[in-house]
Amino acid sequence: MKDKQSASHLILENVSHNYGSVSVLHEMNIKVNPGEVVVLVGPSGCGKTTILNIISGYIKPTSGSVVREGIIRTVYQQDGLFPWLTVSENISLGLRSLKDSSIHKKEMTELIQLIHLEGFESHFPHQLSGGMRQRVELARVLAGDSDILLMDEPFSALDYQTRLRMRLELVRLLEKRPRTVVFVTHDIEEAAQLADRVLVLSNRPATVVRELKIDTPRPRGLTDHGVIQTMKEILTELGL
Amino acid sequence: MSKTGKSKRNVFTEQNATGTIRYFLPLFVLIILLLIWFMITYINLFPAYALPSPGSVWKSFQEEIRAGRLVNDIIASLWRVAVGFVISVILGIPAGLWLGQHLHARQAFVPMLNFFRFLSPLAWIPFAILWFHIGDKPAIFLIFMASFFPLALATMAAVATIPSIYFRVAQDYDYKGIELLTKVTFPAVLPEIITSLRVSYGIAWVVIVAAEMVGCQDGLGYGIWEARNGLRLDSAVCYMIIIGLLGMGIDRLLAQLTKLPNVRWGYER
Repeated sequence: MKDKQSASHLILENVSHNYGSVSVLHEMNIKVNPGEVVVLVGPSGCGKTTILNIISGYIKPTSGSVVREGIIRTVYQQDGLFPWLTVSENISLGLRSLKDSSIHKKEMTELIQLIHLEGFESHFPHQLSGGMRQRVELARVLAGDSDILLMDEPFSALDYQTRLRMRLELVRLLEKRPRTVVFVTHDIEEAAQLADRVLVLSNRPATVVRELKIDTPRPRGLTDHGVIQTMKEILTELGL
Repeated sequence: MSKTGKSKRNVFTEQNATGTIRYFLPLFVLIILLLIWFMITYINLFPAYALPSPGSVWKSFQEEIRAGRLVNDIIASLWRVAVGFVISVILGIPAGLWLGQHLHARQAFVPMLNFFRFLSPLAWIPFAILWFHIGDKPAIFLIFMASFFPLALATMAAVATIPSIYFRVAQDYDYKGIELLTKVTFPAVLPEIITSLRVSYGIAWVVIVAAEMVGCQDGLGYGIWEARNGLRLDSAVCYMIIIGLLGMGIDRLLAQLTKLPNVRWGYER
């Protein structure tokens, strides 16, 4: 639709968070530029999801400040679709702000085509494969006027090959509808293939231990030199 | 997807192949039971007044039909159960939705609701008479008391266990207040509500015999009490059969609700 990515702003400043006496994040500073794809990688349980929850406003950090401008939507690992709504009804959630029904209809057709699910508009989520469901989730967050997409390991519940395909799918969709993306994963391949910038996080309490800029244009093949190189660097950083 | 389509088709053909067996098997059991019943009465194991024969029940069934009493009793009972049950639904489901969403309300009311759930509706009979005298009202009251508590509690439990992810998605897309309730919370628990409707309807229907002991002059339950008073067990059995069949029939109707496309997920996952 409109190019609203430039309107997005996302800054975490000195953000710390504790769950009781457990310190999860410590003095975290993250600035995400408009239109950028930032991937957070880190060991499991290091607080990646907590960061997303803080960005989305679902939880308030114990200390520090969060600046967010723009409409934020999240893609979850799985089961984020409403099972009682059909594919097109689910995508419609993302178009709720559109009042004009003809534009709504046009957008819907376009989104369905975009995720290649023509003919599945009136299927329910439980009738679709895992990969198809995640594509519907992508269409839903891309619909309408969203600015910032938060992705919480969106492909980790899929089988390996589907996961590979979904990465390319995401790159293609973002090409068509650029958005600011904060992507959380434990999958370093995913990070190397998707990110403009990878932030490697430490164990709890999480801090950014390494920042990797990747300039190679997308789509990137899994075995491209640049991707392999990035993976090596991340692995070294994680001590693996 | 083509794979899913295929497996679906297989299921269908399988159902068709077993379709005749599906109807034949219960029929077979029924015939065996009728035969056993017939044999026991044929050899006079029990005196005829204590165990009526199939033949005498059939005769009394024809009598009741001819007298027009049976149809009248069926309508009376269906009406009472329907009214009592609908009041339960109208009050119980919203109460359950509300309780499910408010922890403190749950903490405050659940012990009390459980207490009343475990009181047999029969315990309310003296109160039903004193409060509502005669006519339909005491029976309706008893049926309400029997079905309200399980329905409210089941709805509440369903709401309390809705995965939090639905509410997070709802927040992302700006669902609030009434819209959140009708567009997210309610559809999320609808499959479980339908199940609890079937269960609590079952309870309501079971209570009809006792409920119509009180102040009624007609109804299936009244029919049984009258038969007992006249030592006409053939007539009592006839009423029992009708009660069982109608209960099954209405449960089948309620089961149709599970075929709604937007609740299928609750039964297939």
